[in-house]
Amino acid sequence: MAKKPAQTNADDYLRMYRQMAKIRAFEDNANRLYLEAKMPGLTHMYSGEEAVAVGICEALGSTDKITSTHRGHGHCMAKGADFKQMFCELLGKAEGYCRGKGGSMHIADQDNGNLGANAIVGGSMGIATGAALSAKLRGSKDVTVCFFGDGATAQGLMYEVMNMAALWKLPVIYACENNGYSEYTRTDEIAAGSITARAEAFGIEAHKVDGQDVLAVNKLTTDLVARARKGEGPFFIELETYRYHGHHVGDINREYYRTKKEEADWKKNRDPITNFGKWLTKEGIASADDLAAMDAEIKDEAKAAVDYALAADYPPEEEVDAHVFSGVAHARPYLSGDAA
Amino acid sequence: MSRQITLSKAINEVMFEEMRRDPSVILIGEDVAEAGHPFKFFAGLVEEFGTDRVIDTPIAEPGYMGIAVGAAMTGTRPVVDLMFGDFLYLVMDQLCNQAAKAHYMSGGKLTVPLVVNTNLGATRRSAAQHSQSIHALVAHIPGVKVVLPSNAHDAKGLMKTAIRDDNPVVIFNDKMMYNDKAEVPDGELLIPFGVANVLREGTDITLVGTSSMVGVCATAAEMLEDDGISAEVIDPRTIVPLDEATIVNSVKKTGRAIVVDEGHQSFGVTAEIASRIADKAFYYLDAPVQRMGAMDVPIPFSPALEDLTVPTPEGVADRARALVRGEI
Ligand SMILES: Cc1ncc(C[n+]2csc(CCOP(=O)(O)OP(=O)(O)O)c2C)c(N)n1
Ligand SMILES: [Mg+2]
Repeated sequence: MAKKPAQTNADDYLRMYRQMAKIRAFEDNANRLYLEAKMPGLTHMYSGEEAVAVGICEALGSTDKITSTHRGHGHCMAKGADFKQMFCELLGKAEGYCRGKGGSMHIADQDNGNLGANAIVGGSMGIATGAALSAKLRGSKDVTVCFFGDGATAQGLMYEVMNMAALWKLPVIYACENNGYSEYTRTDEIAAGSITARAEAFGIEAHKVDGQDVLAVNKLTTDLVARARKGEGPFFIELETYRYHGHHVGDINREYYRTKKEEADWKKNRDPITNFGKWLTKEGIASADDLAAMDAEIKDEAKAAVDYALAADYPPEEEVDAHVFSGVAHARPYLSGDAA
Repeated sequence: MSRQITLSKAINEVMFEEMRRDPSVILIGEDVAEAGHPFKFFAGLVEEFGTDRVIDTPIAEPGYMGIAVGAAMTGTRPVVDLMFGDFLYLVMDQLCNQAAKAHYMSGGKLTVPLVVNTNLGATRRSAAQHSQSIHALVAHIPGVKVVLPSNAHDAKGLMKTAIRDDNPVVIFNDKMMYNDKAEVPDGELLIPFGVANVLREGTDITLVGTSSMVGVCATAAEMLEDDGISAEVIDPRTIVPLDEATIVNSVKKTGRAIVVDEGHQSFGVTAEIASRIADKAFYYLDAPVQRMGAMDVPIPFSPALEDLTVPTPEGVADRARALVRGEI
């Protein structure tokens, strides 16, 4: 049994732990599905970066928006998505978040404010900034967080939208997940100067934080979100983090660009879940047994969702030309003028 | 000597041979150096030619495309790698407003000898932003040549021609074909642009296929043979320029044509070729020219849907039978 919580926020902390453990469990299963050739295509694993998505999303409400990346499972789950619909989407099944049309790289969960993952690096920066403009115009207090990687900082779009966000004081937070690599290249080979200084050049307040420390991420984001709601945005956060797997599930022999020792060091010393678990036990918020029980329960839940998704139906063929246009049931007749 | 090699290997050989032949040839793109490209076809180049000529870039497609245009105007011959054809949208300004027009706008004074090496093709389960075939967009812009190899042999011969051409040339390989093998000569192989390849002669119907659809048409032709239908299969190999004569003469002989291309069916390559056939062989036609392209929808992720969006040999053969039977 856990000791009496020393923290009044015990529920929040346990929830953060649970969310991180769920992301890890999701990715372990996704990787296995790939290795067993049960998943169509490739996918990019978020394992190792859990504290970034969870620390940030736990500072947001469900109507706040996020935009996500090709490495987006963590963002999606942290913003409130559930296992079943996510696994269904990964397998191209009709019950997936996007009815199987999007897959891993395009998961969107409108109900929880996730405007979608993106397979174009940097492709969501305009969308996030536009969502913030819209919130401001509509008088809503919603804040938008734009997730992107260190590699995406090379895209010119980022500088165009940061300029406008700063000029118009938009409630957007640019969250750069610096995991040290863009594909097979180290960040220092593709990014000149300082990343935060680029935001500062537009007069945007920029912070650097340890992306493996969920509490540090959450504390900073909570503060910035509150200030953004008051019209003090935009903000920029660079989160130092690490991806445990290859660039994608198929990137297995990767010693030519990243040593096994480096990977082992991060996993052993800087794992966001293990370290937070230790903190929870030290603070008396949960016992090691409590956490182990939670892990086991999450694993079972994930496994059940995978089994469900594997057995689920693909979308029916007639859906292939649905959703091309809003308000048009099927694009093909519509395109030839048979719309009526 | 000639041997069986993959399309990836053909690209690799072209780069080695052309970079040795001409020191002004450089390669620029994402993860093209140490990583040898995600599809691995640039393996070994940086070791021989160094990082001055094999240049890894940040993920800044519009930026390095623009840099390549300027470098091309001033004495180098860049091969720009775009990892996925879908990223063309990011570079369209530099490619279509700058590279494509510089020669014309300067009254012939500036030249932009650059090659964009990219790809097309669905069915890789990569969803809507990594599965497009948007070569027609580029072909629409005067000043850019568009090359669509359908096998390793042509990929080698056409890419060498592209590198030696003084104009912007965009090469689209089918990403599902990188590991397909063909008989390819060692060393020099130059295939001129605007010369179609007649894969198979026939008398009842002409099947014009591009890139990934050449194989589809060839398989369809075999299926048709079993039904006693003799199909001629033509691979234009480049669509800018287009070998109109070979296609038109074939249709004059067969009286029927199906044009198959993996771009979206509307407003694209199939429409262009079909209309040229209609313009020049109308009175020889026994049936309306048919077009088969990718369905006019973003390419869906789900395998159950994705496979419905692209033409198949069965679909082409069915259409051909219907045409020959006079059902269309
Ligand atoms: C515009 C564009 N260029 C290139 C790619 C290919 N690509 C996919 S992910 C990636 C690396 C992204 O690095 P980073 O932004 O650091 O994100 P990470 O993968 O490290 O999470 C690249 C080059 C792409 N998807 N989109
Ligand atoms: Mg990165």
